[in-house]
Amino acid sequence: MQVSMTVNGEPVAEEIEGRLLLVHFLRDQLRLTGTHWGCDTSNCGTCVVWLDGEPVKSCTVLAAMAGGKQVRTVEGLETDGVLDPIQQGFMECHGLQCGFCTPGMLMTARALLDRTPNPSEHQIREAISGQICRCTGYATIVRSVQWASENRIAEREAEREAERAATRTTDREPEVAS
Amino acid sequence: MTALDQAPAGGAVPAHENNNQKPLGHGRMLRKEDPRFIRGLGRYCDDVQLPGMLHLAILRSPVAHARIVSIDTSPALAHPKVKAVVTGADLAAQGLAWMPTLSNDVQSVLATDKVRFQGQEVAFVVAQDRYTARDALELIDVEYDILEPVVDVRKALAPDAPVIRTDLDGKTDNHCFDWETGDAAATEAVFARADVVVKQEIVYPRVHPAPMETCGSVADYDRVDGKLTLWSTSQAPHAHRTLYALVAGLPEHKIRVISPDLGGGFGGKVPIYPGYVCSIVASIVTGKPVKWMEDRSENLTSTGFARDYVMQGEIAASKEGKILAIRTNVLADHGAFNGVAAPVKYPAGFFGVFTGSYDLEAAYCHMTAVYTNKAPGGVAYACSFRITEAVYLVERIVDCLAFELKMDPAQLRLKNFIRPEQFPYLTRTGWTYDSGNYEPALRLAMRLAGYDELRAEQAQKRSRGELMGIGVSFFTEAVGAGPRKDMDILGLGMADGCELRVHPTGKAVVRLSVQSQGQGHETTFAQIVAEEIGIPPEDIDVVHGDTDNTPFGLGTYGSRSTPVSGAAAALVARKVRDKARIIASGMLEVSVADLQWDKGSFSVKGDPGQSVTIQAIAMRAHGAGDLPEGLEGGLEAQICYNPENLTYPFGAYICVVDIDPGTAVVKVRRFIAVDDCGTRINPMIIEGQVHGGLTDGVGMALMEMIAFDEEGNCLGGSLMDYLIPTALEVPDWETGFTVTPSPHHPIGAKGVGESATVGSPPAVVNAVVDALKPFGLRHADMPLTPSRVWNAVQGHPTPPI
Repeated sequence: MQVSMTVNGEPVAEEIEGRLLLVHFLRDQLRLTGTHWGCDTSNCGTCVVWLDGEPVKSCTVLAAMAGGKQVRTVEGLETDGVLDPIQQGFMECHGLQCGFCTPGMLMTARALLDRTPNPSEHQIREAISGQICRCTGYATIVRSVQWASENRIAEREAEREAERAATRTTDREPEVAS
Repeated sequence: MTALDQAPAGGAVPAHENNNQKPLGHGRMLRKEDPRFIRGLGRYCDDVQLPGMLHLAILRSPVAHARIVSIDTSPALAHPKVKAVVTGADLAAQGLAWMPTLSNDVQSVLATDKVRFQGQEVAFVVAQDRYTARDALELIDVEYDILEPVVDVRKALAPDAPVIRTDLDGKTDNHCFDWETGDAAATEAVFARADVVVKQEIVYPRVHPAPMETCGSVADYDRVDGKLTLWSTSQAPHAHRTLYALVAGLPEHKIRVISPDLGGGFGGKVPIYPGYVCSIVASIVTGKPVKWMEDRSENLTSTGFARDYVMQGEIAASKEGKILAIRTNVLADHGAFNGVAAPVKYPAGFFGVFTGSYDLEAAYCHMTAVYTNKAPGGVAYACSFRITEAVYLVERIVDCLAFELKMDPAQLRLKNFIRPEQFPYLTRTGWTYDSGNYEPALRLAMRLAGYDELRAEQAQKRSRGELMGIGVSFFTEAVGAGPRKDMDILGLGMADGCELRVHPTGKAVVRLSVQSQGQGHETTFAQIVAEEIGIPPEDIDVVHGDTDNTPFGLGTYGSRSTPVSGAAAALVARKVRDKARIIASGMLEVSVADLQWDKGSFSVKGDPGQSVTIQAIAMRAHGAGDLPEGLEGGLEAQICYNPENLTYPFGAYICVVDIDPGTAVVKVRRFIAVDDCGTRINPMIIEGQVHGGLTDGVGMALMEMIAFDEEGNCLGGSLMDYLIPTALEVPDWETGFTVTPSPHHPIGAKGVGESATVGSPPAVVNAVVDALKPFGLRHADMPLTPSRVWNAVQGHPTPPI
């Protein structure tokens, strides 16, 4: 069958078997191997991607079910060569070791921050509790998400400051003109 | 030399301070491997996709013990997308149906006569795609004649037990081996005169390392030049290559094993699994690259398990609490094939360190290992070669003694530690502990925990009927296997090679024989070399996991990378530095003796303005000008490091739990870990290693078990049944450290990869048992799930296996 969707902003149209799982479609057919496959039972969460902005376990979604939808994977987090704060946070706070669970963790954590910009430690732990990391013991993942949370705030404040500065410049312009 | 450092108040390392000081050597530094991982650009085995690649799937036994009557593969072969179907009989015709295990036993690649555990490999299919290969497994018809399985380890040696290993000549029982260590008579004499003797059966159940990435391989055999390239999930690529050469008869120089990024290993990727061999056979048969990736269920049911010891522990002491002797009798379940990866002389790994951190008068262990109808394995899961079992035994039995003597468990340990002046310390079982200073580590853990305040809180809570427990454990590990005179695996000495080349512009490449599974070798080893030679870590490329591009060595397990390969890296850098010194003497026109080294440059003593950098020396080494008399050009060296002893990291752990009296759910409220791994190379990475191991410990103590029903069906065959801690089951870890360098390691480092996995299970169990003290409980067996805790409270603390 034919399936069309948007993956990381790019339109994709492919011939697939009806039973093909989204995780295998992304990995084997589109060669987006950042999304991993770690269990058969939706327990480990290494396969988390976004479907229309919602984190889903792509081992439990048929590729056909993603037809007409927006898919975002870990490869789509970095924009124009700039890392997402959540990616930066995981590097800064040693939120990964073997890196296998990391893409799924990043996608879930980023979705959390979009809904809850300043999550508590418990909210972070709850958000990632559908995912397993065998290396880090989770504390550094929590710190990584907190880092991203704090730095996103800083980012937004910088943006607001830039806007205010721009406004002030605009205000002054008539004076310059006169 | 012992320096005592401590963590900041409260024990937590500040998260966002001093995160990347860009040290020119040791220090906190962000990881060089992370930029690819956080972009989803890691290169794992299943990411390898070659033109024309076929997919392999394995048919596995649905039963634990059965005779194979017949196998009909014709319907599978008739499938249009199937390229090959291979059975044990086909392999037997080539002499490849059996392969040696790492313990000099043999194991079926594909079963020929019988299946001996549920999940055993019976046949494989090679097909055009992943899904078809799986489909075709359904088309293979196997007729089994079901045999009675041996499931209960305690009944494996019963006279009427069915014999599992009928493949071994003259085998009439399920006995695997007997082993002993220590002095039986001396120990008996001490026990006979001791005031107090405490006995306790302690079971360490079967668990599984379950790395997030399962095992797999891609074999690509080039029939024109006869070269095999094998990408595989291997913690020991060089050892694997040699074994493939010995077993399959392929010439070693025609085999290239590439171990790409590994999604965790924890010991589970040390053995050679039948699947790797099948993929090689499949590539040779089809002439195409062939990929095999097991699924999670295959991983949990067929690859290397861990533990599975039933230990009778005995401890003898004076009534004042001086521990005199420890004795144990162990029944070890080795599964259907003895697949333990341990040095040949050590069939029980390093279990001999069950004497722990205490100064004893005598010790003795007798062990009987048996075959059962369960998956083979035995090294896996960050155990430092069975030290996990040893530490659990001693730390549990010491707590049992504290219970009987009504002593505080921390005070009992403090009273019995090997004292600092006794190092190097020869234990009663023949291990020479290199260095240690135990009391400050435990005192620091107690201070970070607020031990006295916790005990006061516990007393208050107990008076209100609340269940709070405080568990203490103290461990000494033996890691960094190992000296050639004592240790080999299948005849291969456990040394590690290292090669360092400095390029003309002063950048460098260091090639290792070990392989990271997440430990951050690309960072740590760059730092080790940087510390010695003064080239910044970012200018040093670390190459590993490819036998064509690295020197020989035995790989990463048993926390051996830093103790062995790390020593090799430091020494090879010093060798290069020695040559650089001679070149510098020529450049500065002074004698070698007049030069001083300032991490990155040589200067003339007394005239620091006269200096040359390592980068300038590198250019001179490759340049056109004259070099000092007799010196070759280039700036590189290679060595093979043979450790003179193991290293002995140690640590003090304190766990605080609360138990809900209504549901028997155990909540780990706090966990304080003080580790001493000698010289600390990258504190951030060390902390990460410790955190991961602590989580493993909570998992094993409270959740994880590979259980079997009476028919030998594996009950832990998925992550719905084999429970691994999530972020909600573990607390925010509190860590501290002391530093007691190893005297024989070139930089004093001891290795830390498995410390926390070794040390934490007894701390958690001791805490749970402590919480249940009001019920008169002295021991309960892992995993302490709510139902087990509930049963323990009802008077049934040791369930049947």
